[in-house]
Amino acid sequence: MNNPWPPTCSAALLHQRAELYQTIRSFFAEKGVLEVDTPVLSAAASCDVNLDSFSTELVNGAQRSQKLYLQTSPEFAMKRLLASGSGCIYQIAKSFRQGESGRFHNPEFSLLEWYRVGFTVQDLIAEMIELLMSCFSQNMAFQTTNYARLYVQMTAIDPHHATIEQLMDYASAQGNPEAVEICGDSLSNGLDYVFSQYIQPRLKKNVVYFVTDYPVCMAMLAKLSDDTPATAKRFEVYFNNVELANGYEELTDARQQKARFEEELADRKKQGLDKVPMDHNLLSALESGMPECSGVALGLDRLLMLVAETQSINEVLSFPINRA
Amino acid sequence: MATYSTNDFKGGLKIMMDRDPCSIVENEFVRPGKGPAFSRVKYRNLKTGRVIERTFKSGETVDAADVMETDMVYLYADGDFWHFMDEESYEQVSADAVAVGDSSKWLKEQDKCTVTLWNGAPLSVEAPNFVELAVSDTDPGLKGDTSGGGGKPATLETGAVVRVPLFVQIGEVIKVDTRTGEYSSRVKS
Repeated sequence: MNNPWPPTCSAALLHQRAELYQTIRSFFAEKGVLEVDTPVLSAAASCDVNLDSFSTELVNGAQRSQKLYLQTSPEFAMKRLLASGSGCIYQIAKSFRQGESGRFHNPEFSLLEWYRVGFTVQDLIAEMIELLMSCFSQNMAFQTTNYARLYVQMTAIDPHHATIEQLMDYASAQGNPEAVEICGDSLSNGLDYVFSQYIQPRLKKNVVYFVTDYPVCMAMLAKLSDDTPATAKRFEVYFNNVELANGYEELTDARQQKARFEEELADRKKQGLDKVPMDHNLLSALESGMPECSGVALGLDRLLMLVAETQSINEVLSFPINRA
Repeated sequence: MATYSTNDFKGGLKIMMDRDPCSIVENEFVRPGKGPAFSRVKYRNLKTGRVIERTFKSGETVDAADVMETDMVYLYADGDFWHFMDEESYEQVSADAVAVGDSSKWLKEQDKCTVTLWNGAPLSVEAPNFVELAVSDTDPGLKGDTSGGGGKPATLETGAVVRVPLFVQIGEVIKVDTRTGEYSSRVKS
């Protein structure tokens, strides 16, 4: 094994990251979006069954200690700022997810997350295109497409009416009968699995895809539409088989948000996962009134990988986890 | 029996899949959207050579395959089996035609080979990258042609047939690259 003290990225990449951050900061300064800083540690954690938070102890004297979690994204704290009247905000934030290591993952990574008051998903996509054009030197092609249309076109499955059995049968027919063990009986897991295995790799190269209007079971923290069938006002961004960003027209209803947290916690219990505290501060913030807004989280290390055309996240990180 | 979790997966790791020993070629961690984490893995079945692709739930464990690559000396063939010896332990193993495969045509007694053992029995045999073998038969060709262009087939002492330059004669020893099956040079005796 190589000596682990030096960085895995080149000196040029250190400069490219600095330039990228400069571009991002100028972009938002011009638009009057405020840069904020929120804590990485929190007494609450994400309840998402597919997210595993790091935790640590805060020692308060000899007898008392408190469990704190490292954020999986700055979303909850930023929403509390929005509810307090901050107006449009952005943050470049270190985020942490257990067990995520690979060519496109490091357990500690950087997110660019921003929220625009009064924006719809379409407004935010337009702004993101503007931002991406200023980050990449070459001309880029962009395509906005509807999740269901893409799904039907590639797999002939209608995701709004699909069942987990139908999705697993499809995976089996494609040579992945083991998908059942990965997805369990979760419809959203099945939809994500089929999308990542058979749709994502077939998207055109060098086109930035904005995939919109997700099935309701994949709403996460997004508002639902009034259409029939209802869809989640969520979008994901893909570029050259890399998932780059995830955005929502944000759910502002405290009761609905609490219900979604409780559902996730019930799922965690069912799967024998850690019980984590839901964020009551977020719920209180929503109760006090959060302005209608849209927000998106964009993986900065991956953006840098795409800008610098590298094959692995280690080439853009100074010290990946095995050298941390 | 030792086990590996998907977190341990990396190229070259030997695992048991469908009761056959396999070697991992590639492992990619995937976490789609907000969905379940899994590993997309390519592995080679060491018995058939076939490369298979499948996905594993993150954290899933599989049995380790007791597969070892050892340097051994080729001793002799008895018609059914090829016999090899570990020069340190003097332990001998015999490999069948399936394990020896295409390497058989390069094997000369006393050559050092890489023998892949599974549970102590030979799974495959890799000839040395370069072997030196005598030419047992070839067209006399034109005397004085040293250009090396063109070439002609030559049968070697092990029965292998390779293309050699026209100047190579019966009885001469040549060096062959076993990975490509191509003539490399003449060996001065």
